Amino acid sequence: MDAVPSSVLQARGLEKNIVGPSGPLEILRGIDLEVGSGETVAILGASGSGKSTLLGLLAGLDAPSAGEVRLLGKNIAELDEDGRAALRSGRVGFVFQSFQLLPALTALENVLLPLELNPAHDARSGAELTARARDALDRVGLAPRARHYPHQLSGGEQQRVAIARAIVDEPAVLFADEPTGNLDAETGARIIELLFGLAGKATDARQDRRAALVLVTHDPALAERCDRIVHIHDGVLA
Amino acid sequence: MSRWRRDRVHFLRDTLREWRSPELRVLATALVIAVAAIAAVGFFTDRVDRGMVQQASALLGGDLAVVSDAPLPEHWIDAAQDRDLTVTRSAALPSVVFTPEDDSLLVSVRAVDTGWPLRGQVELAGETESERVRQGPLPGRAWGDGALFEALSTGPGGSIDLGRLTLALDAQIQVEPDRGSSLFDIAPRLLIHFDDLEPSGLIGPGSRVRYRFLAAGPPEAVEDFRSWLTTELQPGQRLLDLDDANPELREAISRARRFLGLASLMAVLLAGAAIAVAAHHYANQRADSAAIMRALGASRNRVLRMYFLRVLTIAAIASTLGLALGFGAQFLLSAILGDWLATGLPAPGWRPVLSGLAVGLVTAAGFALPALLRIGRVSPLRVLRRDLGLPPVSVWLSAALAVGTFGALLYWQSADPALAAWVLLGTGIALLVLGALGWLLITLLRPLRDRGGMAMRFGLANLSRRGGLSAIQMVAFSIGILALLLLAIVRVDLLEAWERSIPENAPNTFFINIQPGQEEAFADRVAASGLPRPDMEPMIRGRLTEINGQPVSAEDYEDDRARRLLEREFNLSQADTLPSHNQLSDGSWFAPGATDEWSVESGLMERFSLKLGDELTFRVAGSPVSGRITNVREVDWDSFKVNFFVIGPEALLAQQPRTYITAMHLPAEKEGEKNRWLREFPAVTAIDVAALLAQVRQVIEQATRAVEYVFLFTLLAGLTVLYAAVQATRDVRRRETSLLRTLGARRQQIRNGLLAEFGTLGLLSGLLAAVIASVIGAVLATQVFAFDYAFNPLTFVFGVVGGTLGIGLAGWLGTRRVLDQAPLRVLRGPE
Repeated sequence: MDAVPSSVLQARGLEKNIVGPSGPLEILRGIDLEVGSGETVAILGASGSGKSTLLGLLAGLDAPSAGEVRLLGKNIAELDEDGRAALRSGRVGFVFQSFQLLPALTALENVLLPLELNPAHDARSGAELTARARDALDRVGLAPRARHYPHQLSGGEQQRVAIARAIVDEPAVLFADEPTGNLDAETGARIIELLFGLAGKATDARQDRRAALVLVTHDPALAERCDRIVHIHDGVLA
Repeated sequence: MSRWRRDRVHFLRDTLREWRSPELRVLATALVIAVAAIAAVGFFTDRVDRGMVQQASALLGGDLAVVSDAPLPEHWIDAAQDRDLTVTRSAALPSVVFTPEDDSLLVSVRAVDTGWPLRGQVELAGETESERVRQGPLPGRAWGDGALFEALSTGPGGSIDLGRLTLALDAQIQVEPDRGSSLFDIAPRLLIHFDDLEPSGLIGPGSRVRYRFLAAGPPEAVEDFRSWLTTELQPGQRLLDLDDANPELREAISRARRFLGLASLMAVLLAGAAIAVAAHHYANQRADSAAIMRALGASRNRVLRMYFLRVLTIAAIASTLGLALGFGAQFLLSAILGDWLATGLPAPGWRPVLSGLAVGLVTAAGFALPALLRIGRVSPLRVLRRDLGLPPVSVWLSAALAVGTFGALLYWQSADPALAAWVLLGTGIALLVLGALGWLLITLLRPLRDRGGMAMRFGLANLSRRGGLSAIQMVAFSIGILALLLLAIVRVDLLEAWERSIPENAPNTFFINIQPGQEEAFADRVAASGLPRPDMEPMIRGRLTEINGQPVSAEDYEDDRARRLLEREFNLSQADTLPSHNQLSDGSWFAPGATDEWSVESGLMERFSLKLGDELTFRVAGSPVSGRITNVREVDWDSFKVNFFVIGPEALLAQQPRTYITAMHLPAEKEGEKNRWLREFPAVTAIDVAALLAQVRQVIEQATRAVEYVFLFTLLAGLTVLYAAVQATRDVRRRETSLLRTLGARRQQIRNGLLAEFGTLGLLSGLLAAVIASVIGAVLATQVFAFDYAFNPLTFVFGVVGGTLGIGLAGWLGTRRVLDQAPLRVLRGPE
C-alpha cells in the first residue's frame, strides 16, 4: 500500500449517542480515522453497525456527541450549519444509495447545482458553468440525456447523474453511501467502475487533483477495491 | 366493555390523535373559513329578517296601510273610526328647502298628520341621549334627519323655507319608524305637519306626491276594515299589510342575502379545493395504516367508514369553530349595512347555525370523499410491497362530486335553479379558463429557468414540476385578487369613466313640478337671467293598466324594474315631432293628426316584450287613454336631457293634466339665480345631478364595502389552498432542502429559492387577476355601458405587487421551517 499522503479527513475519539424510547443509546464509540488526499477508504459493516452515522459525522452532516472531526483542515465543531455547508460546497461530493436527484430539475440542472451553490463560481458566466456540467455528464456517458428529468431515467442512469454531480466541482473528498444498494448486480458493477474511474485510481495522471473516496458498504467485494478497509461493528472500528 | 363501546372509544381516541395530523388541520382551517363566511352572511341576514318581522307594524306605520298617488277619500277615516280604529295619514314628495343664507337643498318631504306614528316611536336626538316620542312636528315646525343637518351644516334651532312657508327647524330625527330603507330614499328627510302641506303651495296637479293612509287597532277590527276596504279600492290605490312592510327593504335584503350568499360560496369553493388537496395528501399518508388494517382482515367498507367518519368528526368540530368566527364577523357586516333597519337588530336564531353546520359537513364530504375512497381501495399487498401505491383518484368522480356539492350549495343559497345553474356554469368556465391560463403561464416560465441562477431555477422548477398543484393555487389566488381588484379599482374607474363621458355642458339640473300656466313665465325668468331659454316638456302622469286589452299588474312580471314601473305612474309626454336627441329605430313617427298612437323607448319595449302595433292603455287622471305603438325610439339616457319612455301625439294627451319639466346646464355662478327662481315658483323642485350622483356613490360604496368584506374570506380561503399545497409538499421539500444543504447550500440560497417560487406564483396570480379585471372593466365599459374605458395601471400595480409580496410572504412563512432541516436526512433515503 502507498504511504498515506497529507490527510483531508481526521476523526479523533468520535462518539455518537442518542436518547431512544428505552433510554440513551450509543451508536458510535471511540472512532479514530484518518483519510489521506486521493486515498480510497471503505467502511465495511453490517446493517445497523453505525456506518452511515459515521459517514454523516465525517462529512459534517451531523454533530458528534464527543470527539473531533477535521474536514479539509477545519474542525467542524467550530462551524455552524451554514459554515459547514460552505466548507462542503465545492470541496465535498456525495453519492447516495437512493440517488437523491431533485425531481424538478433536469439531469443537466442537477449536475449544475453544486457549481451554482459554490460562491467561488459567482464571477463565472452561466454558460461557462453549464459547459462544465455538460462535460461532467459527458464523462459519465449521459450527455444525450441532459434534458431528461430523473423520472425519465433508469436507476443506473440516475446514479450516473448523481456521480456527475458529485465530481463536477472536482471535490477533494467524495463520500459514497452504498452507491450500488438500489441497483441490480450488472448495473452496480458498471457504476463502481465509473466511480473509481472518475474519483480514484484511473486519474493517477492527475494525482494532485485526485479526490479521496470514503465508501460505506456492506459488500466485501466492493470494499476490496479500495486502498484501505476499516471494519465497523456495533459502533466500534475493528 | 362491549365491542360497540370499545369501537367508539377507539374511534374518539384515534380522531383526537388525528387532530394533530397537518393534513386534517388544513382541512379544518379551510372549513373554519368557509363556514365563517357562510355564517357571517347567514347570521346577519337572519337578524335583519327577524328585525323586519318584529318591526313590521312599525315599518308599515300601522297595522294596515293604503298607498296611493292621489289623496285618499275622507270617508275612509269615518269608516275606520266607526270600527274603533285609530287612523292617520301622511304624504311624501320631493322638494327643495332654503336656508336664511339662501342655500338650497333637495329633500324628501313627508307631511304627517296628528296621531302619527300609530305604531313604533320616533327617536329624536337629545343633548346627551335620544328622546322617544309618539308624534310628529306641530304645524309651523319641521324636523330633519342627520343627513339634512349635515348637508346644511347646521343644527336644530334655525328656520327654513319650504315653498311659501317658513318653518322652525327644531329637532333632529334619529329614527323614523316607517321611513323605509335609507338606501333607496336617499334625499335627506324633512318631516312637517300634514296641515302645512296645502299652504306650502308644493302641491299642484301632477305633483309627485305619495299618500299613505294608516290604521291601527284590535286585529278583528283591522280585519273587518280590510274586507271593507277591498271593495273600496280604486286603481292606483294599494293595500299593504304586514308582509308588505317596506317592500324595497325586503327586496334589498333578499338581494343582499342572495348576492352576499353567492359571494361567500366563492370562499366555500376555494376551501373545497384546499380540502381536496389536503384529503388527497391525507390518503397518501394513511395508505400504510390502511394496508395493515386490510392485511389484518378489515373490510374495505370498514376502512373507508373509519376514515370518512374521522374526517366528518373533524369537519363538525371545525364547522362549530367557523360558526363562532362567523358570529363575530357578522357584527362588522351589521356595522357596515346596519342602517338598513331603523332600530337595532335583534339576536339571530338557530337557522344560520344549522345551515352553517350543514355547509361544513357537505363541503367536507363532497370534496374529501374521492380521495378517501382511495384509502378504502388500498391493496393489503402493500404491507409487502411498498411500491404498490394507492389507486389513482377518479377525475370524473372528483369533478362530479365537486360540481354536485357546489351546485347544491348554490341552489340552497340562491333558491333559484336558473341562477344557480348560470353561476355554476359561469364558475366552471371561469375556473377552466383560469386553470388553462395558469398552466400556460407556468409552461411559458420554463425558458427563464436558464437565466436566473440557482434560486430562480429551483423556484421555477418547483412550480412547473407541481404544475397541477401550482395551477390550482394560481386559480385560487387569482379569484381572490380578482374579486378585490374589481371592487376596489375597476368599480371606481368605471364610475369615473362614466362621469367623464358626460359632456361638459350636459344638463346638470332638472326642474320638475313646473305648474301648467307657469311654464312660459319660468322659461322667461331663466332667459332673463342670461341663460338660453329652456324647452318646457309636458309631463303627464299615467298608470299602465292594459296591454292589448288585457289588464296588467306587477305580479305578472318577474323583472324588478317592470314591477316597479307598474306599481307607480309613468311619466308620459306629448310631442308631434320626434325629439331632436332621440332616434327612431323602428316604425314611423305619428301620422299628422293621429289620436291613438304611442312612441315607446326601445328598452321599455324589451322589458314588457312589446311589439309595433300593440295597444297600451294608461289610466290618466282616472280615465283610460289608449293607443297603438307605431314607433320605437332609441334614447341616450346618459345625455341627461329630458327623455320619456312613452310619448303620445298632442291630440291624444292635450286635455290631460300635466306639469312641465326641463333640464339645463347651470354654471356654478348661476347657483344664486336658481334659488331666486325657486322662491318665485315655490311648486318647482330643482334636482342637482351632481348631488344626486354623490348620494348614489355613497350608497354604492356602502354596498361595496360589505361585498369586499365577504370577499376577504375568499382571499383567506385562497390562502388555505396555499397552506394545503405547502403541507402536501412538506416532506418532499424537507428532503430536497436536506439534499441542498448536503451539497453546500446556505440558508439564504434556499430561502431565495422559496421566495422565488412563491413570489412567482403570487406575481402570476396577480398578473392573471389584473389582466382579467382590466378585460372585464373594458368589456363592461365599451359593450355594456358604451363609454370609453381608460386602462388603469394601478390594477396591475396592486395585482402584481400585492400578489407577489402577499403570496411570496405567505408561502415563505409556510415553508420557512424546512430551512432548519438537518442535512443528515438524505442519508436515510426516501420516506
